[in-house]
Amino acid sequence: MVENRPFLTFLAHAILILGVVVIAFPVYVTFVASTLRLEEIMQAPMPLLPGDQLLENYSQVLTAGSTKGSRAAVGAMLVNSTIMALAIAIGKIAISIISAFAIVYFRFPLRMTFFWMIFITLMLPVEVRIIPTFQVIADLGMLNSYAGLTVPLIASATATFLFRQFFMTVPDELAEAARVDGAGPMRFFLDVLLPLSKTSIAALFVIQFIYGWNQYLWPLLITTDESMYTTVIGIKRMIVGSDAANEWNLIMATAMLAMLPPALVVILMQKWFVKGLVETEK
Amino acid sequence: MAGVSLRNVLKSYGELQVIHGVSMEIADGEFIVILGPSGCGKSTLLRMVAGLEVISGGQIAIGGRVVNELEPKDRDIAMVFQNYALYPHMSVYENMAYGLRIRGLPKSEIDARVQKAAGILELGQYLERKPRALSGGQRQRVAMGRAIVREPQVFLFDEPLSNLDAKLRVQMRGELQALHRRLGTTSLFVTHDQVEAMTLAQRMIVMNAGRAEQIGAPLEVYARPATTFVASFIGSPPMNLIPKDGKLLGVRPEHLEPCSPADAMLTIELDLIEPLGSDTLVYGHIADGQSARLAARLHASAPAQAGKLPVRYAPQHVHWFDPVTGKRIGP
Repeated sequence: MVENRPFLTFLAHAILILGVVVIAFPVYVTFVASTLRLEEIMQAPMPLLPGDQLLENYSQVLTAGSTKGSRAAVGAMLVNSTIMALAIAIGKIAISIISAFAIVYFRFPLRMTFFWMIFITLMLPVEVRIIPTFQVIADLGMLNSYAGLTVPLIASATATFLFRQFFMTVPDELAEAARVDGAGPMRFFLDVLLPLSKTSIAALFVIQFIYGWNQYLWPLLITTDESMYTTVIGIKRMIVGSDAANEWNLIMATAMLAMLPPALVVILMQKWFVKGLVETEK
Repeated sequence: MAGVSLRNVLKSYGELQVIHGVSMEIADGEFIVILGPSGCGKSTLLRMVAGLEVISGGQIAIGGRVVNELEPKDRDIAMVFQNYALYPHMSVYENMAYGLRIRGLPKSEIDARVQKAAGILELGQYLERKPRALSGGQRQRVAMGRAIVREPQVFLFDEPLSNLDAKLRVQMRGELQALHRRLGTTSLFVTHDQVEAMTLAQRMIVMNAGRAEQIGAPLEVYARPATTFVASFIGSPPMNLIPKDGKLLGVRPEHLEPCSPADAMLTIELDLIEPLGSDTLVYGHIADGQSARLAARLHASAPAQAGKLPVRYAPQHVHWFDPVTGKRIGP
């Protein structure tokens, strides 16, 4: 629509700017707080310009953690979070693309039953099945381990469904041409389907990486050992009690660190991500 | 290269039988067209030869070897699909080389074959392009290239020209003919287009509802259709079928010629006239009250106007059919 109505333009911009302020201001405050001394934050009102403690605060949390709450270094937590997020993202994609391949391209007994079983698990997110899942993981001795952190979160109906929908749009003739060319099922999967799915894979990777990174409840339950904390849990463990007792500058620095990797993944993979969501390459 | 034998080939999906026993011996190097309306089972028949559909009954042999239980890749065939089915993420070169790579041919051999096919099909300058960056005709040629490089015993074409525009279709038809002359590979070509069938085929199978109605050379099929289905499917406009003496009299539109009312064997009540330039098509029904629709192809110079048109036909151009079975009666 091409319109030239100054008032509408003004209104649109005003609303957008307001929206940006509402979203961005808390992030800005977080950043400012992460550069101040604790005493400065405790003043009312808190200064809204960055202070001079940036390097001190960040190096403190990265290497040593907070002094009052958990003393685990955030550097190690970032590593844990990265491992967890990567394992969940890659694991989910690997498993769901293979199950979608099986469901779409093979005729086996109870095929639709299996599909619906996968589909029904959509209704059972971790939060709903958390107690039995915890029991299973505990009995298997997987508390405080990367396996315990990731395995229960890897099965994904959403991703399976997404790949299924994508595979169903791939023309049957492509599979037949590959058969005539002499490609077996796995060859077809690797040489044809996988390259065609790469934009979907990229989009899913971004979504699932953030999903894995932001996990809170599950890691909170199964990590009791400081060395297994993820960054998000680290923030929680730094908050020890009443408002004044917490080192908000360090907590905010940790929060900034926790926000950074998902933002980086989105920014770096933006091109692929958008492609995967809006276009199908056929 | 090899011949293909279809021996009472059957296909059914559960209870539903779609191919009711087709038998044919195809000689080495022959170009066979399978012609029929949509849903007649012609593509299914081709896909059974390719190995993409299970053969429910009968036998298919390629080069004397029964292939019923063989995978497509072991049948030594190559197939060209209607929508080309090129791998979208591979370049033209990779598309053609893929099958050879799977077979484990040495790189130099693959390269030689692809370059040769690209030369034949004039695709040399497009080898690095992705299918997306090609026109419909070029994609079609890549699909053919992919078939050629395999050097198969049999080419299978599943309506390969139907996605092209009319002009390109004529051109590709010519190229296909030239290609067949050059390679001499046995070819099966499925189409619903009678012009493609008439121009390409050495012999053709006219199929209807899962049965081979007639097998023969195009002109022979045109001149002596075995059933009313073939008579009305081939030829445009189709053969006129007029009930007469308890039988069906068939006469082609071009064999009706205007005459004086005294000589008239038929009088057509014209209601539609289509001047095509080269000739004029007229349509109507028989004036004596019978309801059969008739068409006649008149010379462009013939006066055509709505009203009565007396026509006659030569006895040698008459066909007789049984009105119940639809089968041809007599020679």
